[in-house]
Amino acid sequence: MSHVLSLLVEDKPGLLTRVAGLFARRGFNIESLAVGKSEIAGLSRITVVVDVEELPLEQVTKQLNKLVNVIKVVELDPAQTVQREHMLIKVRVDNTTRSQILEAATLFRARIVDVATDAVVIEVTGDTAKTQALLRVLEPYGVKEIAQSGLLAIGRGSKSITERIFKN
Amino acid sequence: MSADTPPTPSSPPNAPDILTGSGAILRSLEHLGVKDVFGLPGGAIMPFYDELMSSPTIRHILVRHEQGAGHAAEGYASSSGKVGVAIATSGPGATNLVTAIADAYMDSVPLLAITGQVFSTSMGTDAFQEIDIVGITMPITKHSFLVTKAEDIPKTLAAAYEIASTGRPGPVLVDITKDAQQGRAPFVWPTSVELPGYRPVVKAHGKQIQAAAQLLAEAKRPVLYVGGGVVRAGASAELLALAETTGAPVVTTLMARGAFPDSHQQHLGMPGMHGTVPAVLGIQESDLLVSLGARFDDRVTGKASEFAPHAKVIHVDIDPAEISKIRTADVPIVGDAKDVIADLTAAFSLATGQQRPDIAEWWARLDNLRQQYPLGYDEPDDGLLSPQYVIERIGAITGPEGVYAAGVGQHQMWAAQFIKYERPGAWLNSGGAGTMGYSVPAAMGAKVANPERTVWAIDGDGCFQMTNQELATCTINEIPIKVAIINNSSLGMVRQWQTLFFNGRHSFTDLNTGHDTVMIPDFVKLAEAYGALAIRVTKKEEVDDAIRLANETNDRPVVIDFVVSRDAMVWPMVPQGVGNSSVQYAREHAPEWEEE
Repeated sequence: MSHVLSLLVEDKPGLLTRVAGLFARRGFNIESLAVGKSEIAGLSRITVVVDVEELPLEQVTKQLNKLVNVIKVVELDPAQTVQREHMLIKVRVDNTTRSQILEAATLFRARIVDVATDAVVIEVTGDTAKTQALLRVLEPYGVKEIAQSGLLAIGRGSKSITERIFKN
Repeated sequence: MSADTPPTPSSPPNAPDILTGSGAILRSLEHLGVKDVFGLPGGAIMPFYDELMSSPTIRHILVRHEQGAGHAAEGYASSSGKVGVAIATSGPGATNLVTAIADAYMDSVPLLAITGQVFSTSMGTDAFQEIDIVGITMPITKHSFLVTKAEDIPKTLAAAYEIASTGRPGPVLVDITKDAQQGRAPFVWPTSVELPGYRPVVKAHGKQIQAAAQLLAEAKRPVLYVGGGVVRAGASAELLALAETTGAPVVTTLMARGAFPDSHQQHLGMPGMHGTVPAVLGIQESDLLVSLGARFDDRVTGKASEFAPHAKVIHVDIDPAEISKIRTADVPIVGDAKDVIADLTAAFSLATGQQRPDIAEWWARLDNLRQQYPLGYDEPDDGLLSPQYVIERIGAITGPEGVYAAGVGQHQMWAAQFIKYERPGAWLNSGGAGTMGYSVPAAMGAKVANPERTVWAIDGDGCFQMTNQELATCTINEIPIKVAIINNSSLGMVRQWQTLFFNGRHSFTDLNTGHDTVMIPDFVKLAEAYGALAIRVTKKEEVDDAIRLANETNDRPVVIDFVVSRDAMVWPMVPQGVGNSSVQYAREHAPEWEEE
C-alpha cells in the first residue's frame, strides 16, 4: 500500500544520498520522490511515496527520524491532503487525430505547451489518478515520451508541519 | 587587565586565538577531554600529525594497520565507557577503518573516526588517495561529516562527539580536507551543539512505566532479557535492584555478559544459539519478557516467530527503531536504561506493596533445568587439550577484575560461557558484526584505558592471523596485553558447522597451525619476533603455570599458543533457522521442555 511521507530536512550535502540509501538498504521501494526548498531558509522538504504495509512503514519512519539531518517525518493522510503531480506528455499527432487530442487535453484541463507538425507536448497537473487517466486516453494515439515530477503534497487548512515542530 | 600585557590592535582582549585547522582539531580534542588516540599518518592527515607530535595532553599510539586503530578505539571505549578515537589518512587509510566502524555501528560503540581528505579543490577529480569515505561509511555510521573549512572544525568535532556518545552510542566519522587543516581561523569552542534533527529520548513516559510494572506484578513466569544497552547505559546497579526487587530470573546476551553478576543466584546465563539450556528454555516458557537494551537479534531468537511464544513483551530501548522491529512489544518504552530500570523498580514496588508476587513454581522449574542441564563440556576423544578447559582456567586464575576481549568463533562462545563475569566492561567482543581479528587490537585499547587491569585477548588461530601485527604496537608502546591463542588449527566454528550440517566436508577450514601439521606460522616464533614472551602449551598440566606466568609478566606482551583438540564443539546449540525449543544440550541430545 502506498503512503505519502513529508520530510523536513536540513539542506546539507549528501542528504538525499542518506535518505535514498536508507530506503534501499532496508529494502523499501520508493515510488516517487520530490525535493525542494521549504519555507524556512536552510531547510528542504522531501515528499516521498513509499509502497509498504503498516508495520514496515513504522520502521521506515523511525529509521528516517534517526538520520541526524532529518528534522521531522510526517505521514500525510490522503483525505486531509492536497496532492499533485506534474507531467509532460509528448503525443504523436496527424491531421486526423489533432483535434481529438486537443479536445482530450481540454477535458482534462491540460495545456498544449509545444506544437510540431507530427507531435504535441501536453502539460497536465493533478493527482495521480487524473494524470494516469489522461495518459490512458492518449495512449492509443502514440505516446512518444513522458517526463513526470514526484508527487507533491501539503496538508489542507491553515496549519503547517513546520509550525507544529517549532511549537514543541 | 595587567599593564605588562597591553592589547595590540591585531589581537584585542578576549579575541579568540587564530589557529590552523590542525591546531583546531587538537584544541577541540583537548576540550572534549580526549586523552588517548590510535592512528597512523599519511599524506592527507600530515598537517594534523605535525600538531599532534607536540601535544602534552594527548597520547597517540601508532598502530601498524588502521583496522587496529579502529578496534583499539572500540576496546578503549567498551572497557571504559569513554569515546574511542581513531585517526587515519585519506583513501586506503580511511577504508582500512571501515571494518572497525561497521563493527562499532553494530555493537553501539561510541567511536570518533577522524580521517584526512585530499584538498577540497582536488575532490571529485580522482586525486591520489582520494576516496569518498563519507559516502562509503554512510550506512555504517550514526552520522558523518565532511569539513572543508578550518573555521568549521571546532563545532563539527563537538557535534560529532555529542552524537557518538549520547542516545544510542555509535561511530561518527569526520573527514577533514588538507586545506581545512592548513587554513587559519579563530578558534571558537561552541557553548552548545546545534543539532536540530538530533534529540534522543532519555526519560520514559510515566504511563508506560506503570503499565510495565503492572505486567511484572501479574507475571507468573517473567524473564529479564538483558542486552548490551544495559552495559552502554551503565545501568548494572539499577538492574541488580530491579532483579532483586522482582525476584525475576535474568539472562544476559552475548553483548551483556557482565551486566549482571554470573555468581548471582537469579542469573540463568546467556540466551541464544549457544546459550545455556535454562536461559533458552526459560525464555521459551516465560509469560513475560522484559527486554532491557536488547534487540531480538537472530542469534538470540532463532526463528523469531517461535521465540518466547507465550510471552508478553515489555521492550525498553533508547532507540525507538529497535522497538517492535522484530517482535511487537506489548509495552514499548523509549528511554535510557539507567533511568527506566530505576523507574520500573520504583513503580513495581508501588504496585505490589509489601506482597511480592509468588513465582516459586517458576523457580522450581528453572532450578530443575539448571540441575539437569548445567553448562559443561566433555574432554576431547583424541586426548588432546580441551579448549574449554584452557579458557575456564584463564578466567578462574585471572578473576573478575580482568578484562577479556575475544575474537570471533568457537573460542568467543567458550569465553562467553566459561569465564565468569561479575562486572560490566570485563567482556569485550564483536557481537553484531562478528569481526574476526577484533581481539588483539581491542585488548590493546582496553589496556590503554585500564592500565591497572590484566587484559586478555582470547583469540583463535584464524582471528590472530588477521590483526596480530598490533603486537608490535603493544611491545613498542609498553602495552603488556596477554594473548591466548586457542589453536585448533582451523576456522573452528565453520568447521563445526561443516561437521554438523555439511556432512563433515571440511572445505577450506584447515589452517595448519596445530597438532600434526607444518605449524605455519609458528606462533611462538612469531610472538618472539614481536618482542613478546611466547609460550607453547600442549598439555593440561602446563596450563595453569603458563597463565600465571603470563599474569605476572608486565614488561612486555605475552602470547600463549594453546594447541588444542580440533574436534571440540560449542554446545548447547540451536541450529540456525529453527525455533529455540529445538535447543540441543549436546550432539543429538535435546532436553525435554514443557509445552503449554
